[in-house]
Amino acid sequence: MQAYRLLLLSGLHQLRKFTVDDHLVSIENLCFDYGGKPVLRGIDMHIPKGRVVAIMGGSGCGKTTLLRLIGGQLRPTSGQVKVAGEEVSALGLAELYALRRRMGMLFQFGALFTDLSVFDNVAFPLREHTDLPESMIRDLVLMKLQAVGLRGARDLMPSALSGGMARRVALARAVALDPALILYDEPFTGLDPISLGVIGHLIRRLNDALGATSIMVTHDVHESMQMVDYIYFISAGTIVAEGTPDEIRASRDPFVDQFVQAKADGPVPYHFPAPNIAADFGLTMDTGALA
Amino acid sequence: MTRFLHSFMDFLRLLGHETVNRVWRLGYGSRFFFAVLFRSGASLTRGRLILREIWFSGVLSLIIILISGLFVGLVLGLQGYEILQRFGSAGALGTMVALSLLRELGPVVAALLFASRAGSAITAEIGLMKATEQLKAMDMMAVDPVARVVAPRFWGGVISMPFLAALFSTMGIFGGWLIGVVFIGVDDGIFWSSMQASVDFRHDVWNGILKSFVFGVAVSQIAVFEGFDSEPTAEGVSRAITRTVVTSALAILALDFVLTSFMFRGIS
Repeated sequence: MQAYRLLLLSGLHQLRKFTVDDHLVSIENLCFDYGGKPVLRGIDMHIPKGRVVAIMGGSGCGKTTLLRLIGGQLRPTSGQVKVAGEEVSALGLAELYALRRRMGMLFQFGALFTDLSVFDNVAFPLREHTDLPESMIRDLVLMKLQAVGLRGARDLMPSALSGGMARRVALARAVALDPALILYDEPFTGLDPISLGVIGHLIRRLNDALGATSIMVTHDVHESMQMVDYIYFISAGTIVAEGTPDEIRASRDPFVDQFVQAKADGPVPYHFPAPNIAADFGLTMDTGALA
Repeated sequence: MTRFLHSFMDFLRLLGHETVNRVWRLGYGSRFFFAVLFRSGASLTRGRLILREIWFSGVLSLIIILISGLFVGLVLGLQGYEILQRFGSAGALGTMVALSLLRELGPVVAALLFASRAGSAITAEIGLMKATEQLKAMDMMAVDPVARVVAPRFWGGVISMPFLAALFSTMGIFGGWLIGVVFIGVDDGIFWSSMQASVDFRHDVWNGILKSFVFGVAVSQIAVFEGFDSEPTAEGVSRAITRTVVTSALAILALDFVLTSFMFRGIS
């Protein structure tokens, strides 16, 4: 009886933990320096389960670094990143790998293994992490490839794929183990409008079908606005604005306005910091010299 | 005077920087070597991974190894006969060809060829996998790139090298026989019997195999390390390949001297 009660209590405890802490990713006061230069300064983010969240900002603002910190490829200088309640930087290699088995990541250009066919690429995580028989792996791989529309391309090598197709294969590989968290590093870069729409649609659909949570680093405003639940804007290592797509559209924040309207000059200056222009061209302000 | 002092200080600074850098890299390389050894367990139990690498670095190197071995043997036969017959001992041609190949030329030249054929390919492959984020992708899939990519290539090289060196020596001896016996006319029986009488299995053959094993470890380690440590750009990978070939060659020759001085000291 005692044992039964204990079991029930621990079960309840598990249940409470699951429902109370419904943020899959929590980032608190995160700072990261690279070579003594601050890249991220005091980032706070709480990403609930089941959402698709975009992190936007100009090139080199530290958003890819943020993704690497979430995936545990980098360690923060200070602050913490928690994924599924576990502090990523405190994990040993074995624990980190256990966590990563529940994550999928899509790299900017797919990062497919060039010596393996499309089929073997998608089968790779299944073969490495499970002891499933080959017939079951075949079924699983074909299901994932069907989901991205490339079941017919299973025998092609990555060199024979277009950019958009490679990205879709990489997406199938990223979700091969049905991850709880999917990370996307610039999923739209270098794609034609059709592929771009396809990838955007897939990201949303896969997230909802798998019951996963997605974090997407991107600078494609219009595609993202249509499909994400929440947006963070990062500039110079801090979050300058955040909100749902509707809130962002209505925002009067000068940075958001510059970014969404693609204006050349604004809070993000057009010119890289430079010395005074007259001094640089050797002109003196002495009008007598010009005369 | 102060200008001279300044440039001298700059020189010292550069020297110190270079030295520290090199020592640091040597330390990093050594740690990497042990990491590869410690994380080899998974690949050693999955024989197919290593077999694939033996195919790529061993079997595909066979043509260059066999042809080079044959030509080295042909030249040894010609030069050896020419020199030996001055002393009236052309009958020792078999001994000379066999000993120089088994003790020195086989392991050393085969390792040099292996470094430029297979070592450079290993560095290029790992370097490009790094440049195209394949290693990072693997790491994010919770698959250790050192265990999955580096260790099989390392062991594939280590296993292939002694076989390649042995085949090189075999082809060389065949080449020496071809020139000496078939073309010049040294007595067939004397050629083989003098070789049989003077080549000691443990002392000559086994030491040669041991040498080629050490060279295999050195070349494979340099190749995988340079690939893994390369800068992920086209230029970085090309520099890494050059470093693999140059460092391997120097390591082989230096190690050969050290090994020879231990193995063949004081032997009449």
